[in-house]
This record gives sequence, C-alpha cells and structure tokens, in this order.
Amino acid sequence: MSIIIWTIQLALVPAVSPLCIGVVRKIKARFQNRVGAGIFQPYRDLWKLFHKDEVISEDASWIFKCAPYLIFSTTVIIGASIPLFTTIFSINVLGDLLVVIYLIALGTFFLALAGMDVGSAFGGFGSSREMTVAALTEGGLMFSILVPAFSAHSTNLFAISGAVASFSFFAFAPMILALAAFIIAMLAETGRFPFDNPATHLELTMIHEAMVLEYSGKRLALIEWAAANKFFIFLALGANLFFPWGMSSSERLGDVPLALILFFAKILAFSVFVAVLESTIVKFRFFRLPDLLFTSFILSIIAMSLTI
Amino acid sequence: MFNTLISSNIFFLSLLLWIAGAVGALVLSKNDRLANWWGNSFAILGSCVGLLFSLSVLIIGSTFSFNIDSTLPLLSLSFSVDKLSAFFIFLISLIALLASIYALGYVKHYYKKYNIGALGFFYNIFLAGMVMVVSAHNALFFLIVWEIMSLASYFLVIYENKEKENVQAGSLYFIMTHVGTAFITLAFLLLYRSTGSLDFGVIKETIGNSSPLIADTVFILALIGFGTKAGIIPFHIWLPNAHPAAPSHVSALMSGVMIKTGIYMFIRMFMDMLPDAPLWWGVVILILGAISSLFGVLYALTEHDIKRLLAYHSIENIGIILLGLGSSLVFWSLDMKPLAVLSLVAALFHTLNHAIFKALLFLGAGSVISQTHTRNMEEYGGLIKYMPQTALFFLAGSMAISALPPLNGFFSEWMTFQSLFSGIMASNVPVRWVFILAAGSLAFTGGLAAMCFVKAFGVTFLARPRSENVRHARESGFALRVGMAVLAALTLVIGFTAGSITNAVSGVVSDLSAFNSSEPAFFSTIQTVGMRNGFASISMPLILASLIVTMALTFFAVYLVSRNRKTKIGRTWDCGTTLGPRMEITATGFSNSIVTIFRGALKPTKQTSIEYRDEDMRYFQKSSTVELGIQDIYNRYFYQPVHMLTIKASEYMKRIQSGNINMYVLYILAILIALLFASGM
Repeated sequence: MSIIIWTIQLALVPAVSPLCIGVVRKIKARFQNRVGAGIFQPYRDLWKLFHKDEVISEDASWIFKCAPYLIFSTTVIIGASIPLFTTIFSINVLGDLLVVIYLIALGTFFLALAGMDVGSAFGGFGSSREMTVAALTEGGLMFSILVPAFSAHSTNLFAISGAVASFSFFAFAPMILALAAFIIAMLAETGRFPFDNPATHLELTMIHEAMVLEYSGKRLALIEWAAANKFFIFLALGANLFFPWGMSSSERLGDVPLALILFFAKILAFSVFVAVLESTIVKFRFFRLPDLLFTSFILSIIAMSLTI
Repeated sequence: MFNTLISSNIFFLSLLLWIAGAVGALVLSKNDRLANWWGNSFAILGSCVGLLFSLSVLIIGSTFSFNIDSTLPLLSLSFSVDKLSAFFIFLISLIALLASIYALGYVKHYYKKYNIGALGFFYNIFLAGMVMVVSAHNALFFLIVWEIMSLASYFLVIYENKEKENVQAGSLYFIMTHVGTAFITLAFLLLYRSTGSLDFGVIKETIGNSSPLIADTVFILALIGFGTKAGIIPFHIWLPNAHPAAPSHVSALMSGVMIKTGIYMFIRMFMDMLPDAPLWWGVVILILGAISSLFGVLYALTEHDIKRLLAYHSIENIGIILLGLGSSLVFWSLDMKPLAVLSLVAALFHTLNHAIFKALLFLGAGSVISQTHTRNMEEYGGLIKYMPQTALFFLAGSMAISALPPLNGFFSEWMTFQSLFSGIMASNVPVRWVFILAAGSLAFTGGLAAMCFVKAFGVTFLARPRSENVRHARESGFALRVGMAVLAALTLVIGFTAGSITNAVSGVVSDLSAFNSSEPAFFSTIQTVGMRNGFASISMPLILASLIVTMALTFFAVYLVSRNRKTKIGRTWDCGTTLGPRMEITATGFSNSIVTIFRGALKPTKQTSIEYRDEDMRYFQKSSTVELGIQDIYNRYFYQPVHMLTIKASEYMKRIQSGNINMYVLYILAILIALLFASGM
C-alpha cells in the first residue's frame, strides 16, 4: 500500500505545481478585470516549450546547459521529502530542515551561475540581485521553521507537522509570528511581490526573469517547471508546518483521498492569499527589501524566545 | 610497545626527509630544475611518511612521547603525539602532499626570476615546523618551533620580493605574528610561575592547584596569542595581506593548515591542559566566532583580488570552527559532555574540510594566476573555455565552501548547526541568546558565502574574456591538475563517507582526557548521522544518490520528449549594440548591492575625480575616475590609535636618549642599585 502513497508523494509536486501557478494567474487576471488564460495554461506552455527548437548562446558553457536539469532535480527531491498529505515518512532523512534549505540553495547557486554564464548585462545583474535576496532570506527562512521545530523537538519536517497538529491553543501565539516571518521568506524565495514581479520582463525590476532570459525550448521548460515546483513547495511547507490538520498519519489507503482533498484546499487558500497580495500591494524598491528580510529574521527570533 | 617504536621512527623519518629536502634544495640552488625537483620530491616523500605515521596513530592508537633533555635548563626536545596531534599531522601531511605535487609544476614559472633553492629550503622547513608545533610537549621547545614555522612562512610570504607590496605584507605579518608570540610567551611564563614546569604534561597535572585567576589570565593571553595566528577578528589584519603575497601552493598551506595550528593550541590548552573551563570562556569564543564568520564573509564580498577574497574566507571559516569549539567549551562547563563531544567533532570536521577545500581553491587560483599573470578578477572571464579542468575543480571547491550538498562543507556546517541548536535548547538565558545569535550569524554566513562564490566562480570562469590575458591562457600542466583533482575528489568522497569519518573524528575527541568517558550526543553509521535524541538526522550518501538518480531520470525523460528538436547556436541578446566585455557584470558590481546594504558595517568609500578640458568652463570632461573602496574599521579605530600611541611614547622616551655614554653608564648604575634594593626587600 505504501508504494502507492510513495508514488503520490514523489509525483505530486511536479504534477500539480503548474496548476497552482495557473490558479494564481487566473485570480490575478480577474483582479485586473481580464478573463485570463485557463488554469491549465501552464501545462500547455510546458508542452509547447518541450517541443520547440532551442537557441543557445555561443558564450554558454556546460554550466548553462546542465543547470536546468540540476535545478529541476533539486525541486523534485525536495518535493518528495517534505510533508504533503501524510506524515508517515518521518523516517525520511532527506526531510531534515537544513537539508531542504541547502538543497534550495544548491538550485539557487546554479541558477545564478547560469545567469552569469551567457555574459549578458541582464543575467549578471539578475544573479547579483537573486543572490543578495537569497543570502538575506536564509536566516529568516531557517529560523521561522525552527520555531515549530524546537517545540516539536525535531528538525524533520514530517515530525514537525505531526507535532504541531497536536499543539494546544496557547502554543500557537508564537506560531503566528513565525508564520509571518515564513511568509516574508517565502515571497522572497519564490520571487513574488513585493520582492520580484514574476509576470514582467522589465529590465529595472526583474530578478528571476533576468537570469533565465537566454533560455529557450526544453531548458526554459525545465526552468519554468522548477520555479513552479519551488512555489508549490513553499506553499506546501506553509500549509503543513503551520496548519498541519487533516494530514493522514496512517498507511491506510482509505485516508489518502480525504487527506489529499484537504491538502489541495489548503494550497488553494494559500494561492488565493498570494494572488490577492500580489494584486493589492506594489513591488518594493530593491534596497527596501533587506528591511523586510531582517524583519522576518527578527520576528522569528522573537517567536523563538517565546517558545523555548 | 613495538608499534610505538615503529611509529616514533616513522615520525622522525618524515622530519628528516623534510630537513634533507631543505638542505638539498639550498645546495642545488645553482640549478633551478634540480632544486625544484629535489625540494618538492623530498616534501612529497616526507608528507607520505607523515600521512602513514598519522594514520598509524589514528587507527592503531600507537601514541608516543619522546624526550631528550638538553644541556640548557628548562629546554628539552620533547615530543608527544596523541590522537589530537596525529589528526593535525594528518591534515598537514595531506595538504602538504598535494601542494607539493602541485608545486612541481607551479614553481616552474619562477625559474630564472627567483632563487628556487631558497623556496625549497623555506618550504620544507615550514612543513617540518608545522608538524613539530602540533607535536611539541614542552613550552620552550614549542616556542622555538613556533618561531621556526613563523619565520619560514615569513620568508615564503616575501619570496616574490621584486614586488614591493609583498615585502610590506611580509613586514605586517612579521610584526603581528611576533605580537602574538609575545602573548603566548607571557601565557607560558605565567604557567611556569604557578606550576614550576614548562612540560605540558606537568602543567596539566599541577595547574589545578593554582587560582582560577591564573587560568583566566592564561586564557586571555593564549586567546590573543594563538588567535593572531588563527586570524580571528580583530587580530586578522595580517592575513588578507600575507596569504595572497605567498606563492599559491604556500598560500594553500598557510590558509589550509598553518592557521589551524592556532586552533590546535586552543584545543590543547583550553580543553586539555587548563582545568575545567568556566562558562564565559566558551561564550567569548562563541561571540568571536560569530563576529569572525559574519565579517569575514562580508569583507570577502568586497574583494576583487581573488587571493584576498579567499584569505577573507579563511577568517570566515575559522569563525565557523570557533562556533563549534566555543559551544563545546560552553557544554563542557555546563557539564553536558555528550554535547561537548558533538561540538568538538563538528569543529574538527570543519577544520578538516576547510583545509581541503581552501587548499583546492588556492591551488585553483594559483593556476589561473600563472596563466593570466594577474590577481584582479575584473580581468578574468570566460576561463572555463580555456581551462576547463581547472574550472571544474574550482567549482567543486566553491560548492564545498558554500556548504552545498552533497559535498563535504555542508556536512560539517550541519553538525555545527546541530551543536548550536542543542545549545539553544539546553542552555538558559542569557547563554541561550548567545547561541541564537551564533546560529543566526552562521545562517547568514552560509548564504553570503554562496553569494561570494557565485561571484568568484562566475566572474572568473564564466561569460566572455574581459582582457587579452585570458585569451592566451592554456590548461595548466599535469602536476598542477593532479594536485587539484585529488583535492576536488576528496570534497566529494568526504561528503558521502561523512558517517565513517565522523566516527574517526570522534575517536580523536574521545582520546582527550576530558572526554574519554562520555558517550557522544550523536550516532553515526556509514549511511546516517543523527542526534541520539532524535532531533535531526542526515544521510549524505542518500543525498548524493538521489541527486544522481533524479538528474539521470530528468535527462532521459527530457531526451525522450524533445529528441527531435534541434539546438541552434546563436549570439547572446545584445540589445542592438556590440557585445563587449563591458556588458558583463563585474565583481565589484556583483557585490555592490550587498555592500550598500551593509554600509553601516563596511563603510564603503567612493572617490570621484574628474579632469575637465577647460578648468573655467566645466562642461566637457577629459577623464573621470571613480575609486571604490572600504574603510578598514579595525585599522582606523584600533590599530591606528595604538600606532599613534607608540610613536608618541617613543617621542617621550627620546628625551632620555642623550647620546652621551657617561649618561648611559649612569642609567645602568641607577637601575642596578634599584634592583639591589628591590631584591633586598
């Protein structure tokens, strides 16, 4: 039975992440009084990109060519090793908090290198900005998840989910602070407002899009898919570390559909939240971003001092 | 007994080989080729023997001590090798072996320019000096070999003496290292006063009877003295100048292992010789570690001299090692031995890892410099196409130092994090806050280090060449590549065999008398390392395997889907202008945003000077230059005032220097009488 659960766990993130992006785009379009593309449009985009010819810069080295595969692989591995709809994989040693954070860093590292590899003015600046934001996010991200981790006495993400679900009401006060810190870090890591605008190719504002400007065809598809995976991963972490109710904790197959439905409901709620946030606030100036990131770090430290 | 005899003989054999290499190189210095081969071959032989010896001690446990009393009082040639010493001898021999192989090829570009024999001489003496430092067992003997190591490295720093700045860097190093030695000497004198012996073993047994004040004073003196060698902030100012000045294989040794002799003596003195440490020792070391790691990486980000950048990263990594060491001392004083073992294992593991990847990075930088003849990163670019193998090795080093899985740097940083997390959970306010801030600084350090190495690797190896120098670059020679390849392979191998190596390192720690009865707070098998209380666990082989498998599957699947698609080679999008090297991002530009964000701490300076065609009518510029830099706050607020004070004091002292010989005789007489009175009372 657990083989089926394993398969779902492995394939869920890459399978559903484009849909999640589609939903966010649809909501944003409605906010802008547009009809917007269907929520399955990201799948069609991927399919189209995989079947297109590719142009690669003559300056590109093997780093540029291999990076998409590596970046996509890290998101798939992380997707398989975080709690999604079940907490039964707490023996999964890849689910360690630090492993997940540093695997994300591995992907970011190669994405930034790929951005510099083609030697265009955009790519280099995108890499510089991306690494600046990523370096300053790491503290807030790690510490916001450490808050529930210390309460749960484990840094294994499955174990944290399991423990948080049984918290008393009063233990939740610091969790709200930690959640705020986590959301700031999440928006920074996934390149969303107010950090980055995922919908624009305007030179002055872009971070993530600037790095991937030279990609096309199958490699662009992989990069886009990986970005969708990363977004989904952060939504899942937010949903399952801070609102872990309704996850199945047994290997019985009968629990799975209900757990999946609840999981999708939580993801949908988070997607709506992100879409509303993106539609109602503006992008910050780049040098205002560190204030926000340090706020995230300080918030999690306050939360931590309240929990232990 | 038999084992002991053999291993002590092997130990002296390695020293003998190095000395033979030193003397032989000097004798053969007429012939560059021969001197190079002689000096480095004996260095290689000596290192191999040293490796064999240290492994025999680590595996069989054949520790030994050896003592010859000399005719001088207090001085005895006394060696004692326990597992801790053997661990450091292993490090020194390993890095020395690969650096010497590298040097066989690297030294060639000094032929006819500099004296190769002298290089071989000081290089071998330096190696022998380091090994004797970590095995000396008598304070006076220790000071002598410490001085041999320092002087040999000083001469290696000023080896390229045709460049004036190298000589200046050497002088700074000379002064700082002797200031450090002065503090060390004071520490040993104080120990002698309270124990009546200079033998480390006797000091250890009798120091417990003296007052805690003595131990505290010795702690502070040793912290400053050995901290100067280790390069912890604020005693680091010699390091970013001296390490770049030396030949690259020597930089690798200085950065990779010489500064670790400071760490070795920290462990030897604070955890072995001195009595139980009070809490504040560990707290002080934790704070120093946090400051060194965070500021080390921030200063590294501002650099565009590739070797200075790497030198600042040594300060950062020493900081990370101190985080482990400091938490170990804290746990020890709180009587939590299992956690103390964990932290010390983390510190030693990071010492091993840093030695490997830092040596690798310095060797990589050396090959780049030997081809491009500049240390300025702004003149590199696109080297991955000219030196593909060097690029690959440098990438491995960059990933390892940025603590990215699956390489070795990640694992020791993970362990350091675990000891800090345990500290947060196990200790009380206010020590908990120190741990929280230490963990926070480590988290930021990790991110900033990754950023710094995206810059270092990206600007050096990626995109298009930024200067003509690059276009003449060729892949470096065979000997150079062998040295780097082995180190690069080690970053990966140590990564996935982390479990077994943790076991070996914890064997070293439990050999220390303070820890020999305590069960560590972690378990380690070949597959998994984790905390016994179930707080965290990690499997390095699994990370590697899953990365390989997923990448292979992705590659295969993408190939299946889009195998009929063509790939065209085109030009990078150029916005309609000509693509030039000036369109690429520079090293300075890359880190400019982070420098701006941390301007409060880094104090960046910007000087614009514009020359006009017509001074009265300032419309048309002839030329304009912008100079960006950062103020060295330590220089400005600490070293400059001290310097001014010394000069001022000297001015006053000058007044009694009349130059009249009768006057000086009078001084001597006055002092003599005063001394007689003083001793009479």
